[in-house]
Amino acid sequence: MTEYWRWKEYRWHDENIDPRKGQLITAGVDVGSVSSQAVIVIDGKLYAFSNMRTGSDSPTSALKAMDWAMEGTGMTPDDLGFVIGTGYGRVNVPFAHKAITEIACHARGANYMYGPTVRTVLDMGGQDCKVIRCDEKGKVTAFAMNDKCAAGTGRGMEVFADLLAVPIEDVGELSFQVEEEPPPVSSTCVVFAKSEASGLLRSGWPKNKVLAAYCSAMAHRVVTLLQQVGIEEKFAVTGGIAKNIGVVRRLENEIGIKALPPTLDTQIAGGLGAALFGQRLLKKKLSGE
Amino acid sequence: MKAHYGYKDGAGDFFVTIDTDMCIECKSYPCVPACPEGVLEVIVDDYEDEVAAVAMVHRKKIKYSCAPCKPGLNRPPLPCVTACGFDAIAHSW
Amino acid sequence: MITAGIDMGAKNIKVVILDGGRMIGKALVRAGFNTQESAEEAFAAALADAGITKEEVEGVVATGAGRTNAPYTDRDITDVGSDAKAVIRLYPSARTVIDVGAEEGRAIRCNAEGKVIDFALNEKCAAGAGAFTEAMSRALEVEIEDLGPMSLTSKTTIPMNAQCAVFAESEVVSLVHNKTPKQDIARAVHDAIASRIVSLARKVGFEPDIVLIGGVARNVGFVDSLERALEHKVIIPEDPEFFGAYGAALAAAEA
Repeated sequence: MTEYWRWKEYRWHDENIDPRKGQLITAGVDVGSVSSQAVIVIDGKLYAFSNMRTGSDSPTSALKAMDWAMEGTGMTPDDLGFVIGTGYGRVNVPFAHKAITEIACHARGANYMYGPTVRTVLDMGGQDCKVIRCDEKGKVTAFAMNDKCAAGTGRGMEVFADLLAVPIEDVGELSFQVEEEPPPVSSTCVVFAKSEASGLLRSGWPKNKVLAAYCSAMAHRVVTLLQQVGIEEKFAVTGGIAKNIGVVRRLENEIGIKALPPTLDTQIAGGLGAALFGQRLLKKKLSGE
Repeated sequence: MKAHYGYKDGAGDFFVTIDTDMCIECKSYPCVPACPEGVLEVIVDDYEDEVAAVAMVHRKKIKYSCAPCKPGLNRPPLPCVTACGFDAIAHSW
Repeated sequence: MITAGIDMGAKNIKVVILDGGRMIGKALVRAGFNTQESAEEAFAAALADAGITKEEVEGVVATGAGRTNAPYTDRDITDVGSDAKAVIRLYPSARTVIDVGAEEGRAIRCNAEGKVIDFALNEKCAAGAGAFTEAMSRALEVEIEDLGPMSLTSKTTIPMNAQCAVFAESEVVSLVHNKTPKQDIARAVHDAIASRIVSLARKVGFEPDIVLIGGVARNVGFVDSLERALEHKVIIPEDPEFFGAYGAALAAAEA
């Protein structure tokens, strides 16, 4: 049975950096309810990361993600000077020195990924949706996090991908393959929207049109959350949803602002920010001794 | 920092917003005992400041937690908002 | 005077036929994609149940989420209004009505005349109504009719973190994966939705007698959780899902 919601897990490291020559080596482990990432930063630069599905156990997922990030680098856990846990499972990262919320970590990570001009970050994770405002240093100035309702989260999108039997990576592209943009589905609630979508399919709507209607509703919902916190340019999108142009392009149209183009995998923003927090804390610790 | 605690679902937007820059000035947190439902608490945030926040257990059901202070008719001023001397608390509904 | 009430519910369409305020026929039909057709089907079935013809019906009023689509009438009243009307008629001592349907949950406070004093709704969110227990029964791979009795065999309370039907489904799946007994999970499911309904009742300030109506009233597990959370017993009528239509039929007689 094909699992349409399953996206590819992967790892990467920078061949041009030699970890043995690094002074400050830190890691951030972001254990979300759906995905987990481990990110390694050496002397302020991103060195390696892994991105995988969170298993049934947070501590095990954290360990697996960390090991996988180090695979092929010759590094061992002893090389890590400071480890920060973040995300939903942050208190369950057994080898972390400290836990920091994903809000602060995403702001910091976005600041690295997009530069000091980024002021508003939209992150749609597996089971939450956050809007974070930050300053030029990546410090949070405002935030709203919605993890109560599946609408506007990766999970909500997965439900639809499954209903329509469309691989999650293709949802964005397919949602634009329509003759004209349909009206959005009227229910915000994923459960009710799913019934609505079933009805539309039965009445003859092609899959792509239903996808378009749902992406449109999700985009609008996210825009109202953005407006609650206020949007200041530059604007960037992180998290898995950044890869879904079906939602991103529609929300850009609605707010009239284009998101900064991603330069790195958008799902590592939290783990990256955590590792960067670790850099500062490790520096303090070493200079205090 | 303006912290918006709560959620948005099919029924609407339910956020309690706390301007934590004011908490740093206030330092006494009268809002916490003022709430009859124990929704607010003092936490140390990610930047090591002691600020007021909506307790974790209430964040996903804030509409229900705040319901006793929000009857359908003749709504009195909210105790948390009144107790705060810095105008730092706002409700979106 | 013979009147009819049509409750265009989100999941089921109910029709009640009254003669001088006394129920003489009723029918329930699953709402199909064409709700008008389903309503016509329910109406015909209710007429057959009453043993009368359509011409004998002197007034029709609609209620329910889809009331503007109801056939045979252009008069409609709110769900809240029809619930209160019907409950007071059959239970004059009732002062609080809790109505949990497939897609909406309501708490209504009314006075001795059946006039609504205050009400609170769980709307547009599956976690606040019957859609929640249905989704959870699927996640537990149990028939919805068996979910209630199964939960009563549990004596353990476990908390549910999720406040959303989609997230709760993931939570249930992981509880099952961790070998939590299904009956404990079933009880947690009912406790969760009961707490979201009790919050509505607290918001309007509930007062006895409390009458519980709507399809979910048939779920014994839910009723148990509700009474524990309210710390008060509730009255459950026969045919709890027909009260909306009953109230609408009463309104038709008041014309």
